[in-house]
Amino acid sequence: MAQINWAETIWLLGPEVILTVGALVVLVVDFVRDDDRGPLLPGLTLITLGGAFLLSFTYLGLDRTALFMFEVDNLTSFFRILATGTSVLILLVSVDYVRSRSRHAGEFYSLLLWVTLAVILVAASSDLILLYLSFELLSITSYILVGWLRDEARSNEAAIKYLLYGAISSAVMLYGMSLLYGAAGSTRLEDIARTFSDPAVRVGTLDELVLPAVVLMLAGFGFKTSLVPFHQWAPDAYEGAPTPVTAFLSVGSKAAGFAVLIRVFLTALPMFQVDWAAVLVAFSILTMTLGNLVALVQTNMKRLLAYSSVAQAGYILMGLAAYVATDTSTLNGIAGVLLYLVAYLFTNLGAFIAVIAYEQATGSVSIADYAGMVRRAPWLAGALVVFFLSLAGIPPTAGFVGKLAVFGAAINAQLYYLAVIGVVNSVISVYYYFNVVRQMFFMPPPAEGEEPVRYPQAMGLALTVSLVGTLLIGIYPQPFLDLANVGRQFLAMLPFA
Amino acid sequence: MIVPVSYYLVLGAILFSIGVTGVLLRRNAIMVFMSIELMLNAVNLSFVAMSRALDSLDGQVFVFFVMTVAAAEVAVGLALIVAIFRSLGSADVDDAHVLKG
Repeated sequence: MAQINWAETIWLLGPEVILTVGALVVLVVDFVRDDDRGPLLPGLTLITLGGAFLLSFTYLGLDRTALFMFEVDNLTSFFRILATGTSVLILLVSVDYVRSRSRHAGEFYSLLLWVTLAVILVAASSDLILLYLSFELLSITSYILVGWLRDEARSNEAAIKYLLYGAISSAVMLYGMSLLYGAAGSTRLEDIARTFSDPAVRVGTLDELVLPAVVLMLAGFGFKTSLVPFHQWAPDAYEGAPTPVTAFLSVGSKAAGFAVLIRVFLTALPMFQVDWAAVLVAFSILTMTLGNLVALVQTNMKRLLAYSSVAQAGYILMGLAAYVATDTSTLNGIAGVLLYLVAYLFTNLGAFIAVIAYEQATGSVSIADYAGMVRRAPWLAGALVVFFLSLAGIPPTAGFVGKLAVFGAAINAQLYYLAVIGVVNSVISVYYYFNVVRQMFFMPPPAEGEEPVRYPQAMGLALTVSLVGTLLIGIYPQPFLDLANVGRQFLAMLPFA
Repeated sequence: MIVPVSYYLVLGAILFSIGVTGVLLRRNAIMVFMSIELMLNAVNLSFVAMSRALDSLDGQVFVFFVMTVAAAEVAVGLALIVAIFRSLGSADVDDAHVLKG
């Protein structure tokens, strides 16, 4: 047994240590002080998240270090930044929302920290056991957050549906993991790859275990990323959950799902790429097409964004499906997935922040109530247009750059039909996004309620950050492209790729 | 007499299928939960059987974690069912239909 260097280990786990300590402190402070409405708890949470966010940048470009089941590499660093950044923005918008809706605001902040930690753990696990544990940490904390408004029937119903779908899909995923373990003889992703790198093992009967294992595990991973047909929970959970939690589910939780897809398929199963890539192509096509078509008929803003985020998952998956191991350019697929996730973070969070601000002022999330929004909240309406442009993939916005990267990867991998289906889907999506824009700008507002919409400064700050991010990636993507390229460098350090 | 490992795997598959059937057919949330537990325990059985056949301990360690997590999941689930029962007066999953579209 090698000597463990504690100081170095704790330094390598810096962001996770900060988040764990912060979450415990917030929980204890919430018990000790009966001060759910004061600035203390959000302040502590912000310091924790901000500290973890800033610290995460120091690990970029570091050589790969495996801490038993926990992998500290560039992919982990990338998702540390993504997860903590997402939660900082969500914290900024949830303070006011949480305070106005519950007497028990304290637990919310602690849960937000746990769920952030879970996203990082999921992205960093290099062993099926830790992967399953962190996956369930993420799921169970998400169930509680979705049902957090416990006096509201909608929130409860959303949580129980989310939980039932989640428990079923994780049981199916677990069955897949047990088959994979049986075929490979180990739960470590690297050892699984080592076993299968021997062609004699691969071609034997064990080969037949791997494809079912992949499909079964995809049920669990697809649940988190809301791939069709594992997406049924998404619209209900998105609609019933507190809106900041919806924003988290659509960005943080989905990013974790893609992290685990990249990690498991590229680390453990690179030899079976022919098999899983074909499955992913099918899922990608199904997901974007169904998501966009169902989004066309939605009348509730949160459900619209739910189906839109299902469709976005289909575009992101395209990058992984089109991954070409021998290609080291930016268009090799993985860089596209990572870049798209960053673009999607700013864009989708921005859209949700605008929805939350409007919901706080009007109490409604129905699309019909967005009529005449431009007169009541010109700044919000303008920002929402930019986010919709980005979601639809129109330049000069982040969404365009993200789509360029994944569609480019599909073309590079000679999956031309996949790229064409993607473009057709983007065109369909313009219809429902701009239906909302039409409501906001050209429909007369209802007679009453002409007063301007007000929102707190923290929300304005979060909105500005998202807006600047969305436009910056669209106009000057280089720094974000560099970040995505650093993130995918973990590929070069895989022993059996 | 030594029972071959494949028997355990087949039994695991059968139990898993019974669990899936229960999830699909039962409408009471508590029964759905029990079916999910059955699925998880079927997985546990196949983990332990493979662990034994492979002579590796990973599978058995995995089972401990699965059981713990299942308990945590049920704790949250039952709390939610109680909350729903208070507002609807029923634990039937079909009665929860405020959200749709």
